Amino acid sequence: MKLFEYARAADAREALERFRPGTMYLGGGTNLVDLMRLGVARPDFLVDVTRLPYDTIDADGDGLRIGAAVRNSDLAAHPAVRERYPMLARAVLSGASGQVRNMATTAGNLLQRTRCPYFQDVSRPCNKRRPASGCPAIPGDHENLAILGHSEQCVATHPSDMAVALAALGAQVHVTGPASDRVVPIPGLHRLPGAEPERDTVLTPGELITAITLPPPPPGRSHYRKVRERASFAFALVSVAAVLDVDEASDTVRDCRIALGGVAHVPWRAERAEAALRGAPATEEEFVRAAEAELAEARPLPRNAYKVPLARNLIVRTLQELIP
Amino acid sequence: MAEMTLRVNGSVRELDVDPRTSLLDLLRERLGLTGTKKGCDHGQCGACTVLLDGRRANACLALAVACDGSEVTTVEGLGGAADGDEPHPLQTAFVERDAFQCGYCTPGQLCSAAGMLAERGPSAVTADLTDDPPLTPEEIRERMSGNLCRCGAYVNIVAAIQEAAR
Repeated sequence: MKLFEYARAADAREALERFRPGTMYLGGGTNLVDLMRLGVARPDFLVDVTRLPYDTIDADGDGLRIGAAVRNSDLAAHPAVRERYPMLARAVLSGASGQVRNMATTAGNLLQRTRCPYFQDVSRPCNKRRPASGCPAIPGDHENLAILGHSEQCVATHPSDMAVALAALGAQVHVTGPASDRVVPIPGLHRLPGAEPERDTVLTPGELITAITLPPPPPGRSHYRKVRERASFAFALVSVAAVLDVDEASDTVRDCRIALGGVAHVPWRAERAEAALRGAPATEEEFVRAAEAELAEARPLPRNAYKVPLARNLIVRTLQELIP
Repeated sequence: MAEMTLRVNGSVRELDVDPRTSLLDLLRERLGLTGTKKGCDHGQCGACTVLLDGRRANACLALAVACDGSEVTTVEGLGGAADGDEPHPLQTAFVERDAFQCGYCTPGQLCSAAGMLAERGPSAVTADLTDDPPLTPEEIRERMSGNLCRCGAYVNIVAAIQEAAR
């Protein structure tokens, strides 16, 4: 591991003041420390932001404000999250292990890096790690990588479960920075790889996430389902966060939210599927039609084409379970 | 080098550490507490699990400097008596249930189970998220999924944890 300096910031102002080129903010460290050990992340200076006063979950009007430093386990165990945003609790609980969730923070979960094997292997080229060096995943090991929104430069996926639920809920990310404060929506925080896969998010150097706010829970029933290679402690091959609001008099879909994980460089909000379903009968045929409308733009690679029917079936099954 | 203070198994230690040092390496190489094991060193196997401020954590993923001011309990400090010779109920149950073969993962299993038993709330397999569900074998397996056992002693590990939880 490259030598670095370490400092613990007491508040956001101190963290921002200490930030200089080569600095990274340290949250729970469950991804960053590993990447430093692998030589993928090479900061000169770590500013520890886990002691900033952002470790509470509070009511925010009819919504919820989740501090950036709230640990994943505390988020999933919070009564308001369990009762009002069960999809979010389930997404967080489906990620990582008990130990990792105790350490990992809310903001760190959003900003974790892809688990693409080439990104994590410094002996191999990777456009995300070393721009313009190439992408060996496209001709190589891409079984777990993207089918939607990828580019010729990068087919990495975003690994978070939590972010998929937040994308379906329409969460807002509160950011403070050297110039000003701003609010970035999810989806919107993460970006597609395009020609700049080294940039995972729209955040600029020095910007610091302070909180995530959730609007009031959307009407209807919700669920988070995740398919992975083993029953626990594995990243998603495909996951889906879905909210379905059905008018029971007419059995038609009043509104719905669908977000997919494991398929793209971002938590993928399935807006085409949502549009296809609004006002449509709440039936399996319509769910299939909506899922296929979304996946019509999928561009699978030779060894991850299985994700297209997997995503389709997962969307359909999850929606079927949400019919009242 | 960075100065730091750590309370380890009840003793306060003043330390001067290279910021690159993991909590795991600090415990094993500096403090001689070799009960905590290094398996994968990537947070994937759980052999390095300790209690950090009372909560289970992967010591390999924690930078020691980031633990300044914290309290750490390792497998050496899990027992109840002042001299540490009194086994923790989990340790007794692991022996009685033959919950290991080679034993390498056992310190991490024990610390993880101790942390897990103190946790509240649902897991990924809990049907009703508003519940604090009973600790069924299915719940134990899910909650202990961060601890791998290459010998495959899982059946007895689950039984031992269930017994200690009673």
